[in-house]
Amino acid sequence: MKTNTNIQEFIVTRLIKLSGYSAIVFVALIFLFLIKEGVPTFAEIPLGDLLSDRWYPIEDYFGILPLISGSLIITLGATLIAVPLGIGTAVFIAEIAPRWAREILKPLVELLGGLPSVVIGFLGILVITPSLRVLLNLPTGLTALAGSLLLGFVALPTVVSVAEDALDTVPRSYREGAWALGATRWQTIWRVTLPAAKSGVLTAIMLGIGRAIGETIIVMMVTGNAPIMAFKISSIFSPVRTMTATIAAEMGEVSNGSIHYHALFFIGMVLFIISLIVNITASAVVFRSQKRSEKVLS
Amino acid sequence: MKTNFFKLNRNQTQKLGFAFLSLLALTTILPIILIIGLLIYKGGSAISWNFITGFPHDGMRQGGIWPAIIGTFYLTVGTAIFSVPLGIASAIYLSEYSKDNTLTRTIRIAIINLSGIPSVVYGLFGLGLFVLFLKFGTSILSASLTLSIMTLPVIISTSEEALRAVPQSFRTVSVSLGATKWQTIRRIVLPEALPGIITGVILGLERAAGETAPILFTGAAFFLPQLPSSIFDATMALPYHLFVISTQIPEMPVQIQFGTALVLIAFVLSMNILATIVRSQARAKRQW
Amino acid sequence: MTDKILIENFSLQYEDGIESLRNINLAVEKNAITVLFGPAGGGKSSLLRSINRLNDPEDIRLINGRILIDGDDILDPKMDIIELRRRVGMVFARPVVLPFSIRKNITYGLEVMGEKDQNKLNNAVERSLNQAALWEEIKHRLDDPAIALSGGQQQRLCIARSLALEPEVIMLDEPTSGLDPISTGKVENSLQELKKDYTIILVPHSVQQAARTADNAGFFLQGELIEFSHGKKIFTSPEVKKTEDYVTGRFG
Repeated sequence: MKTNTNIQEFIVTRLIKLSGYSAIVFVALIFLFLIKEGVPTFAEIPLGDLLSDRWYPIEDYFGILPLISGSLIITLGATLIAVPLGIGTAVFIAEIAPRWAREILKPLVELLGGLPSVVIGFLGILVITPSLRVLLNLPTGLTALAGSLLLGFVALPTVVSVAEDALDTVPRSYREGAWALGATRWQTIWRVTLPAAKSGVLTAIMLGIGRAIGETIIVMMVTGNAPIMAFKISSIFSPVRTMTATIAAEMGEVSNGSIHYHALFFIGMVLFIISLIVNITASAVVFRSQKRSEKVLS
Repeated sequence: MKTNFFKLNRNQTQKLGFAFLSLLALTTILPIILIIGLLIYKGGSAISWNFITGFPHDGMRQGGIWPAIIGTFYLTVGTAIFSVPLGIASAIYLSEYSKDNTLTRTIRIAIINLSGIPSVVYGLFGLGLFVLFLKFGTSILSASLTLSIMTLPVIISTSEEALRAVPQSFRTVSVSLGATKWQTIRRIVLPEALPGIITGVILGLERAAGETAPILFTGAAFFLPQLPSSIFDATMALPYHLFVISTQIPEMPVQIQFGTALVLIAFVLSMNILATIVRSQARAKRQW
Repeated sequence: MTDKILIENFSLQYEDGIESLRNINLAVEKNAITVLFGPAGGGKSSLLRSINRLNDPEDIRLINGRILIDGDDILDPKMDIIELRRRVGMVFARPVVLPFSIRKNITYGLEVMGEKDQNKLNNAVERSLNQAALWEEIKHRLDDPAIALSGGQQQRLCIARSLALEPEVIMLDEPTSGLDPISTGKVENSLQELKKDYTIILVPHSVQQAARTADNAGFFLQGELIEFSHGKKIFTSPEVKKTEDYVTGRFG
């Protein structure tokens, strides 16, 4: 009986440890497969062509600059919407809102986070893009602006919940200290609470950006998918195409192992690296602040 | 001395500031309420027994969405089968076995990265590994495996949090009574953390059920005249179906689109509500 | 008089360097109450945790010397720790009842050992609750959640839980620190009964409790055993000045 327990213990412990490493294995596997299918691009397409401004695979034009510009302009727009709204809402929920308002706001924000993006894209096509066309007198409402608006809202729940968590962890004594010195609640928020929660708020912004740049279905549905260079401010009013949408739209039609197929994996590789940078930056902010607070405590 | 008309005193600043922040919060939640309201208002009239249980026909402009509902159900169950055991085991490792060292930090960074990888990249990976390399084809199996890996970080993080919330003293007492580490985990830590774990699992699966991009080229079918008969068949799925009927089919009746969207969010939100119930019930019952 | 536990030249240092033990020599008498007392941080709890190997090996920087129970060196890497913990029971300062029923709290240790016989389990419940002077109070509600008991009852349940495993030694780390005087009295009385069958090591929560309960007593200060002798002697005519200062309340 006793050896039975020991054997069971041994096997279970092994399995658990193995599972513990799974996250590393999967990240490595994902990167490996992106490299395996994406790196041949360097042999098949000259670097100059890859970095050109024309994406037209049917005629073997594989310039990814328009796609990068599309992703950037939409993410920038989404950030401009999600950051002020998200942090404002987080401050409101954490610092100002009465209890009842908080109990309504938090689940609603969570609800938004749980809405499938395809539903948001669907409503975008139905409501946002026609309105934009009429309001701004554009030839089409399927624009970078539509994408930015919707992605701004999709990134909101991430920004709100991470920023609110950060504000919540600021010790109450900080605020009380500021109040005792005669600061108003408003002054306390700006001069004490938000600065103290700075690293968490930065993480919130980074993760929001990550969420926006990786979103696929919504941009595919509402941005018109025209691979044009979008480096000007006015490009926000024209159709654009993102890296994510390009993969989603074209992967279904390419034949495995073709130049086009490899190029799409190459774009996936670029996206993977961008998300890696964004997330490591976001978590580095968190790790660093933890270490500092540990020092304060001891 | 001249009073500056534009100079507000501290209390006025505060009032104005609070009003502004309330406005921001309102701007955040108003669209959510509008979205839900619109979907219920417009989609409600589409919902009927035939719509739920019927097959689409006439180029999907008529009929129901039954195969998409069933497909999403299969994919969710398939995702659960792979991601739940692996995710919980991984959380147990992090909470109960791991030490504060480089390996653990690497695991944590890997988890953070997994949660940040764009969903379409998961689709690419699923295509590369499951569909082509392992030759599972465009199938429920490939799509479920792809969604599982995407869901893993959510399940791991929430489960780990639930496990860590179990008081350390229970573990010490159990071990002092001669229990092994695994006995302690199985008999005390896991049961106590279970509600939190279930909540996390549901939230993870909820996300998987609503995803479109990862299944685009791993298992989703545009249209199938019959239900899938094995895990190696492709399947229709609610999110992809909504994508198809709102972008690929000209002159699609809006009512069917709204009906599909409503069923999809009902599916997803009922999971969300279930998670909330589990969480609040467990909190009320908890003894520590 | 025989010695149940012999501690020889025992030293311990933690990784974080906060608490440590230096060169402890101590004999724990069988069927008696050995009291370890002194100011907080003196190393009493560390010694208890060493005797049933509850210290996480990760936290330990250095460990030296021997701890013998009936002649077996329990620091030997080949020692079966699970078996050791069944021989040496432990009761903690805060009563930690497991999130089960009263009955299950007591049978837990036996069940993880593989005991399935319901009769044996029931007998163990009644016997150990009786020994901890709790049976009469709670015999009608054995299936209630243990958390519903009062603090004093919970602590006696924790004692009963250790007794269920029929250990040879019971170690109690300030078992009455959270209890009212009446509950404390009940616990102390049951200790006097228990020493007939068990060897007891007690870290008391006050000098008074130490004096009331001790057959033998050791005074710990900053990781060192300052003085060790009969209870009657150490509390009335200690040999070392530091001990005297402490027991007469001049510091600590």
